[in-house]
Amino acid sequence: MSKFTDFAQRRRESTKMVPVPSVSIMPERDLGKAPALECLHLGIDFGGLKAVDDFNITVGRTEICGLIGPNGAGKTTVFNLLTKVYAPTRGTIMVDGQDTAGLDPARVNRLGVARTFQNIRLFNTLTVEENVAVGLHNQHHCGMATSILRLPHHWKSEKLYHERALELLDIFDMAGLADHEAGSLPYGAQRRLEIVRALATNPKLLLLDEPAAGMNPSETAELMENIVKIRDRFQIAIMLIEHDMNLVMNICEGICVLNFGKIIAKGTPEEIQRNDAVIEAYLGKQKEVEA
Amino acid sequence: MGINMLKPQTRSTIITYAIVIVAFVAVTLLDAMGLISHSLSGQLVPICAYVSLAVSLNLVVGVSGELSLGHAGFMSVGAFTGVVVAGCLTRFGIESELVLFVLSAVVGAAAAGIIGFLVGIPVMRLRGDYLAIVTLAFGEIIKNLLNILYVGVDDAGLHFSMRDSGSLGMSQGTILINGPKGAVGIDKISTFALGIVLVLITVAVVLNLMHSRDGRAIMAVRDNRIAAESIGINVTKYRLMAFTVASALAGAAGVLYAMNYSTVVPSQFDFNQSILILVYVVLGGMGNISGSIVSAAFLTVLPEVLRPINQYRMLLYAIVLILVMVVPHLKVYQRAAESLRRRFRKDSPEPAVAAEGGEADE
Repeated sequence: MSKFTDFAQRRRESTKMVPVPSVSIMPERDLGKAPALECLHLGIDFGGLKAVDDFNITVGRTEICGLIGPNGAGKTTVFNLLTKVYAPTRGTIMVDGQDTAGLDPARVNRLGVARTFQNIRLFNTLTVEENVAVGLHNQHHCGMATSILRLPHHWKSEKLYHERALELLDIFDMAGLADHEAGSLPYGAQRRLEIVRALATNPKLLLLDEPAAGMNPSETAELMENIVKIRDRFQIAIMLIEHDMNLVMNICEGICVLNFGKIIAKGTPEEIQRNDAVIEAYLGKQKEVEA
Repeated sequence: MGINMLKPQTRSTIITYAIVIVAFVAVTLLDAMGLISHSLSGQLVPICAYVSLAVSLNLVVGVSGELSLGHAGFMSVGAFTGVVVAGCLTRFGIESELVLFVLSAVVGAAAAGIIGFLVGIPVMRLRGDYLAIVTLAFGEIIKNLLNILYVGVDDAGLHFSMRDSGSLGMSQGTILINGPKGAVGIDKISTFALGIVLVLITVAVVLNLMHSRDGRAIMAVRDNRIAAESIGINVTKYRLMAFTVASALAGAAGVLYAMNYSTVVPSQFDFNQSILILVYVVLGGMGNISGSIVSAAFLTVLPEVLRPINQYRMLLYAIVLILVMVVPHLKVYQRAAESLRRRFRKDSPEPAVAAEGGEADE
């Protein structure tokens, strides 16, 4: 484990955080560039309940950002808002400088937001390779008539999908599983496949919803390494929801804490660990000791 | 190189084509030897038509995962369009039966495809049971519209009416579609060979579509709609694509079916007909193309073979349907299927453990 802690330590030293919490947590290297994601006063109401309210965040182009909070804080709701599974009641979401107002989930993905799901959602009856190939859907086109008539372009496309899919599966050493049915994979492999499928859509922002859920410590350690590897190789922003604090504190450069649908703190891992509001949200208020 | 060395996908494709071609060769040989009864040889073209219908419906029900109960409606659109096209072409002096059939089938398929597309636009806003009910309704609407449709042709061209044959305004000329009496005096130009060609085309279209970029998208939407959306797939487009292609193929099968009889009436293409086709698909297995072929052929031949109990045919279908639903859940069947599967795939190792734990999805 220490290997990863050291690795993260080095990261943090090389990329200085903006010291002021609740303003911006973008790493320095991303400061001059258009952010991958910008949310302004984002909010959604379910009936009378403000599930998410006044959610403001800016995620740098190559930042790894953590979204944490107690159960029911609205973390997954934020992801559903960002991907337009829910239409926000208030506020704007800018992806790579473009407003996503009025777009459906498919269009938001084409703008550059890909995600994984808390409850794994794979295409269970398709093979592992086909799952990734579906992810490549918008990266390369091949019309229906071309496919039905099996024109040369179809075969070229199939070859391209095949090669690209194996290349992506190789990130997680899953190329050997290419012909297996996705639904028959072990749990951990399914989670990894979901990440590969999301990556296949060539995103600018990757949203991971509890990527380490159900993984043992060594799998989690490997996952941490891979998340950083993905960021470095594809130069994308990654935002993740996770309950494994070891993972969050080690690989996230910025952390955003949510409670009851509101951001209660933003900052670097160190700042978050010292933040009283965060400790209170997780552990409850310390009782006044009567003198 | 053994067939087991191929990818499962390629293997099943080869088997599917092989079934059709072997059946064609076998039937042709038996026919030449005079071993096929008259009543059975009369069923050969309908068998081909039903096989095409089952395969095309499988594209909607099995591949796209939407329960459609209006397939006979698209079949009838194809059938009646084909009759009109053939009638016109005959009038204008085209005599080659092959040309007549091909043109009728192409136009019939196009018409059914267009109707399928138009019906699909509102229908694809729905899901599950609601979709099934609405397709059923559209099937009935098409049938009832055809019931009041009168089409005639004379030297001046085509005449349409929705009232009666008198209001077509023709002095001489032929009435092609005569309302509830249907299409009469059709040239019987369908042959078994044409039927087999149509089956092969249908199978090729469905299989080629399945194993392509668009087919993967269709199956992805079936498997998990939300995930498909999240990776940028236009869900409605792909559901509509499957529905439209299936409708067009059903139209072509309808032309084949109609051209086998001298008369077809709209009431033939009712709800029972749609259910019949659905039974073939369910029995053959959803998404299993070769299964659809075998079950459609089997269930069309069955009443001929069991002619004495023909009146119990619908009862038989009900029993078969119930068995299909019950049998796979029997322990005996599961064990037998498992041991069969193991024997056939000795060389391919099973992938590791199945998903352990994990939260139930939905």
